[in-house]
Amino acid sequence: MHSHQSFINIKNGKPIDLNKIPLLEEKAFMEAIKQSIGEGKRVSSYFACSSKEQGFLKLYAVLLDDENQQFMVTQTKINSDKFTSLATVCPQLQLFEREIAEQYGCIPVGHPWLKPVRYHHSWTDQDAWNRKEEEAILPGVGDYFKIEGDQVHEVAVGPVHAGVIEPGHFRFQCQGEEVLHLEIALGYQHRGIEKALIGRPDKKTRHYMDVLAGDTTIGHCLTYCQNIEGLMSTEISERSKVLRGIALELERMANHVGDLGSLANDIGYLPTASFCGRIRGEWLNLTALITGNRFGRNFLIPGGTSYDLTKDQIVVMLNKIKLLEKETEDAISLLWDNQSVLARFEEAGILSRKQGEELGLVGVAARATGLGRDIRTTMPSGVYKKMPISIRTAESGDVYARAYVRGLEIKTSVEFIKKALGELLKNAPNKASQIVSSDSIKANSFIVTVNEGWRGEICHVAITDNEGKFERYKIVDPSFHNWMGVAVALRNEEISDFPICNKSFNLSYCGHDL
Amino acid sequence: MLKEITTRMKQGYKTIKFPAGERPKMTEHYCGRPIVNQVLCKKDCNACVEICPTGAISKEPQLKLDLGKCVFCGECENVCESKAIHFSDEFSMSTSRREDLIVSTDEEFKTVAEMRTELKKMFGRSLKLRVVSAGGCNACEADVNVLGTIGWDLGRFGIEYVASPRHADGLLIIGPVTKNMVLALKKTYDAIPEDKIVIAVGTCALSGGLFALNPETEAGVEGIFPVDLWVPGCPPNPITILDGLLRLTGKIKDL
Ligand code: SF4
Ligand code: SF4
Repeated sequence: MHSHQSFINIKNGKPIDLNKIPLLEEKAFMEAIKQSIGEGKRVSSYFACSSKEQGFLKLYAVLLDDENQQFMVTQTKINSDKFTSLATVCPQLQLFEREIAEQYGCIPVGHPWLKPVRYHHSWTDQDAWNRKEEEAILPGVGDYFKIEGDQVHEVAVGPVHAGVIEPGHFRFQCQGEEVLHLEIALGYQHRGIEKALIGRPDKKTRHYMDVLAGDTTIGHCLTYCQNIEGLMSTEISERSKVLRGIALELERMANHVGDLGSLANDIGYLPTASFCGRIRGEWLNLTALITGNRFGRNFLIPGGTSYDLTKDQIVVMLNKIKLLEKETEDAISLLWDNQSVLARFEEAGILSRKQGEELGLVGVAARATGLGRDIRTTMPSGVYKKMPISIRTAESGDVYARAYVRGLEIKTSVEFIKKALGELLKNAPNKASQIVSSDSIKANSFIVTVNEGWRGEICHVAITDNEGKFERYKIVDPSFHNWMGVAVALRNEEISDFPICNKSFNLSYCGHDL
Repeated sequence: MLKEITTRMKQGYKTIKFPAGERPKMTEHYCGRPIVNQVLCKKDCNACVEICPTGAISKEPQLKLDLGKCVFCGECENVCESKAIHFSDEFSMSTSRREDLIVSTDEEFKTVAEMRTELKKMFGRSLKLRVVSAGGCNACEADVNVLGTIGWDLGRFGIEYVASPRHADGLLIIGPVTKNMVLALKKTYDAIPEDKIVIAVGTCALSGGLFALNPETEAGVEGIFPVDLWVPGCPPNPITILDGLLRLTGKIKDL
């Protein structure tokens, strides 16, 4: 009934005037969100922004309507000290609400577990936990959900882990070997990026995007570039779109291959572990062939790409891919043929489709439960409009499904890359694109862009002020949606399966902590 | 089992020969160690200083570029009309001292000095490192990690990453050192038995890089621990890290 007036429907990467977004009373705002989520929409982003009026904040909800391929956006004005929590009815909002509390010191009333997300001081002069400004904040310190009983014990892991990985703290409540509950405390990687983005863009901004999550350089940078291009009404060349798509799929290849290798490593199956460890590097080297950097740093710029590929380079790449494709396939198929591998992967860390929906999962983790969520298909931009990609899913929602979906997507991506390189062969290279200067960014506008990074949906929202500067630049890394999935997947599992469960999600710490 | 064996045979032997054999070739757009030319640099031009996202370039009193701050974006080279800055394909650019990371006059680059004799006696043939990410973006982590794979086989030089500081001879640090990781990092350092070394990998660890001005970070390792090896890059190519480690342990001596 009210979804017509309550939301404005907008398209991926298309800006609108800020004042076109319906401004609801808080109660109506909450009702509208509740109703829409009940109808199957999901939360792409939910955040606060300071308001010009003293004592007030703006709250924005960006829902994704997969079926109709559009966003539904709405806003409300709240008193800056509190707002109504929806976390108990819409679990996918719980972390967003905690984030708002931490950033603005504004309390989501009724939140069942109001803890900090990243352990930093508030951006305003209010603090949701009444901590003093001069008081140091200790990450990971505070209440944890506790189970009591004679046989229950607690296991704490991190922030520093055994391997070469990013820091995070995991607190398990166990009975014997069985995990009854896992609580994950992050924030150790917090570099203060979102706060630093307010008032930009400037010469630093694009570089921040390169390293929001350094294994997703292309995914995040692409999303940023599309936001800027949208805000400047710039169209990029068809060829640039193809190049960007190739880079995004190469990023997916390297990471999916690496993940399958790490999963094999965690169960001690060394052939796939060592082959994939090397092959992952070879896929990264293909990115280096295009850009000079294995992670694609500085490749995407507002306006296009900083380099193009010559015919010779394309031929070299195609030849390498031919070889690599076979090696990749051989290394991975070993997994599916080996009983002891399957015995470890199957039925470990199960999430049902319903849980996936409730938690608002994205990416591989969502598709492994059967949810058809893949932005390349549901909200395609750039080259994916012309070269559609099919969604690969599985049903069982376990470690096996998350691994298997990666295996399927590797095949899809290789095909895509070959086809896209073939397209490029048809035409001569572009002159290097120009970085479009950010002078003519539309003022008082709102834009949201999503892309399907290798981990899942990447969402960036930009809100500009009178001068076209960022009043807010809100980033949602797919990990932000999915960390709760790891915690839930561990319930009633053996603690010894934690490494493979965790690895099967392989979420970003810095992408979450920003 | 048969399939594993045939796959193993097909995959072949893939470890790179470095430091033996031919010098590895870098890709076309690779940004290696920069070379600055004072003669070509125009006095009244400030283009590179203005475009640099991390303040790595200064012209006081003459053009200098700080590898400890540089994220190797290449923008200064692009913007310089007189071609006074050029990023070469030289991947060897680690140093023993922070100040050696500043590239300025045309005098020779001061590469890593071999560790002192007592240390070399202990660590020259077996060096165990504890790696801690303190705000790293997972790219430096990946390129440190990759050295352990069969493509690089770090183990053949007696260098290994270990799971406990108690087993370690040194600490390898990645990231700008976020405020939220200072305590854990210090505890890790303290838990490593004496004598120990510290290696800083990546622009973030060297100076805070893009995050140097953010109050949420400590702007790198400098001033927190004494550093024995500085490895620049964002992220450094794995070969830059390997080259630095091999120079430190005396396995590469030439320039
Ligand atoms: S390459 Fe380095 S010195 Fe040059 S602009 Fe980029 S960060 Fe600055
Ligand atoms: S130096 Fe660059 S690659 Fe390394 S952690 Fe920092 S941002 Fe990431």
